[in-house]
Amino acid sequence: MANQDLKELADREYKYGFKSDIETDQVPRGLSEETVRLISAKKNEPAFMLEFRLKAYKHWLTMTEPTWAHIHYPKIDYQNVIYYSAPKAKKKLNSMDEVDPEIRATFDKLGIPLDEQKMLSNVAVDAVFDSVSVATTFRKTLAEAGVIFCSFSDAVKEHPELLEKYLGSVVPYTDNFFAALNAAVFSDGSFCYIPKGVKCPMELSTYFRINAKDTGQFERTLIVAEEGASVSYLEGCTAPMRDENQLHAAVVELVAMDDASIKYSTIQNWYPGDKNGKGGIYNFVTKRGKCAGARSKISWTQVEAGSAITWKYPSCILLGDESVGEFYSVALANHYQQADTGTKMIHIGKNTKSTIISKGISAGHGQNTYRGQVRIAKSAVGARNYSQCDSLLLGDKCGAHTFPYIEVGNTTATLEHEASTSKIGEDQLFYLRQRGLSAEDAVGMIVNGFCKQVFNELPLEFAVEAHKLMNISLEGSVG
Amino acid sequence: MLKITNLHAKVGEKAILKGLSLTVKPGEVHAIMGPNGSGKSTLSYVLAGRPGYTVTEGTAEYDGKDLLGMDPEIRAREGVFLAFQYPVEIPGVSNKYFLKAAYNAQRKHRGEPEMDAGAFLKFIKEKAKSVEMDPSFLNRSVNEGFSGGEKKRNEILQLAVLEPKLALLDETDSGLDIDALKVVAGGVNKMRDAKRAFVVVTHYQRLLDYIVPDFVHVLSGGRIVKSGGKELALELEKKGYGWIEEGVTA
Repeated sequence: MANQDLKELADREYKYGFKSDIETDQVPRGLSEETVRLISAKKNEPAFMLEFRLKAYKHWLTMTEPTWAHIHYPKIDYQNVIYYSAPKAKKKLNSMDEVDPEIRATFDKLGIPLDEQKMLSNVAVDAVFDSVSVATTFRKTLAEAGVIFCSFSDAVKEHPELLEKYLGSVVPYTDNFFAALNAAVFSDGSFCYIPKGVKCPMELSTYFRINAKDTGQFERTLIVAEEGASVSYLEGCTAPMRDENQLHAAVVELVAMDDASIKYSTIQNWYPGDKNGKGGIYNFVTKRGKCAGARSKISWTQVEAGSAITWKYPSCILLGDESVGEFYSVALANHYQQADTGTKMIHIGKNTKSTIISKGISAGHGQNTYRGQVRIAKSAVGARNYSQCDSLLLGDKCGAHTFPYIEVGNTTATLEHEASTSKIGEDQLFYLRQRGLSAEDAVGMIVNGFCKQVFNELPLEFAVEAHKLMNISLEGSVG
Repeated sequence: MLKITNLHAKVGEKAILKGLSLTVKPGEVHAIMGPNGSGKSTLSYVLAGRPGYTVTEGTAEYDGKDLLGMDPEIRAREGVFLAFQYPVEIPGVSNKYFLKAAYNAQRKHRGEPEMDAGAFLKFIKEKAKSVEMDPSFLNRSVNEGFSGGEKKRNEILQLAVLEPKLALLDETDSGLDIDALKVVAGGVNKMRDAKRAFVVVTHYQRLLDYIVPDFVHVLSGGRIVKSGGKELALELEKKGYGWIEEGVTA
């Protein structure tokens, strides 16, 4: 194991837990039609946006929080959340140099320099701080290739026709309780549009940071890849350590037309709470991609290491003939974390194909649930699915649960499902220690080996980060 | 180098070693033979520090230090190596990554700089050649899908890479055909020198045709009941273990 990793192992606190002192512009606590109107007004939105929000809010009022997931938490008081919190803007930004130095320092500390000279030359970043996007790098370079990559707020102003066409087209506001809530109050996020035939020249990424206390973060991401276009998109998330739970309810929509491909990678490292289960982010996220065109492909890769509660099922609607959906997931639940995550693969087009690889790791008192659905519609002649769900247990107080749902409406479909549950073996640990590795390094090595199939799907920089994150997140799980 | 005095140990609640004493000097090769259940493997595990193997009495001094007081990884870093009877599979971890981590953990312990990836790759390719192992094994997951012989060869590769001061070989010959046995023994013989000691645990004399010991000890009922030169092994091969055990109880 590299020196760097060992050092980080020694430094076992949640290292992104610091708070930044920044003057904010917030709306009053609580949710009402007024709040929704206020958020829309603050963002100077066109009428169709306000209408979308209000319809969503009214629909949300008729819904109840879902209870089917294998997670337990005290009732969320939706009137005690602050739905909009933005750093006070001094003036409109014309270039990166004008980003508030305190915010810039925050992202520097997170390892995401907003200065284009300093960053990885191959990755463009949209930085979202609490409720708003504070900077998007490389916009010019991307524009030359015809790629639109900007904050959701800018997209509303600059490309309203695209938003009106695609917003809610994959995840309608009626979809579920949290998606409806998000549609009513979402404040920012990222928008990417890759025109016909363009391979996006660099990786696109969004870095989400929650900072303000008692604030919820509700962002939306919309990615559209036109015919023959391709893009790889990454997202990362962190938050300060606070004793109170904070709500995060995001929506991500992907649309891939004929022969287009979208690769979406997530490293979720929201504050998980302390080792006694105090604090942490409640992460309720709806992510869905539509393979609208023939031979299109959508691939989700996620490493879910943070959050007190994770409720998330990145899914694919395989509408186009011969379209392909993939889901690669590592979910870790340590201490008192609870993760209920998986995917839905909805096969509608002919000869559609999906792959699901899920790796769940439970340690401490952590509870990890894989929940996945494979649905083969009557029209999906020749559809194929391969699912593999593996669980690894560290210790005897944690849990692993698997709920696969399979519906087959066409007899020509082929489905394979493999599942395994194993405990880290004493013999594996002893073998590695006998070669000179510490017990913690040995566990890290075994866990990283277990996750390898998924990590291999991540872009290189992210794979390295994921590897380290696993070691850090397993703190105190040995012994 | 190793001085074991009156060692008693139990596995769970069962007493296995009952007053074992043994002294090993640098450069020596000691063979420990004995019938099934005599405590041969227990001795290797106790010396390597396997959890669940509890020492109830006696001492083991290694290089003047209290071996039994050290964690297993510290023993390893101090130069104690155990070649396992049943090498363990670690899925998803490549052999070369694992070897590099182990090698550098030991270098670090000695206060030496870690070896970088490029230099290490060259180094292990040489070592792989020395134990006649195809370099493709370096990229495969540790022991996963290896045949019995390949696993044992992989143990010898690790031995060659880590260059321990004291190597314990636990039934390294079990499950090997004669060709594999020769390769494994050849790997061990290349490692023999005036500073390194070996304790070779085996049920059969066969291995000792290829790894010729300086001393042979017979373990029975958790104690060494007879010691001699390499000719003792041949005698055991001819007469079996019965005559020694009878002698003990008589």
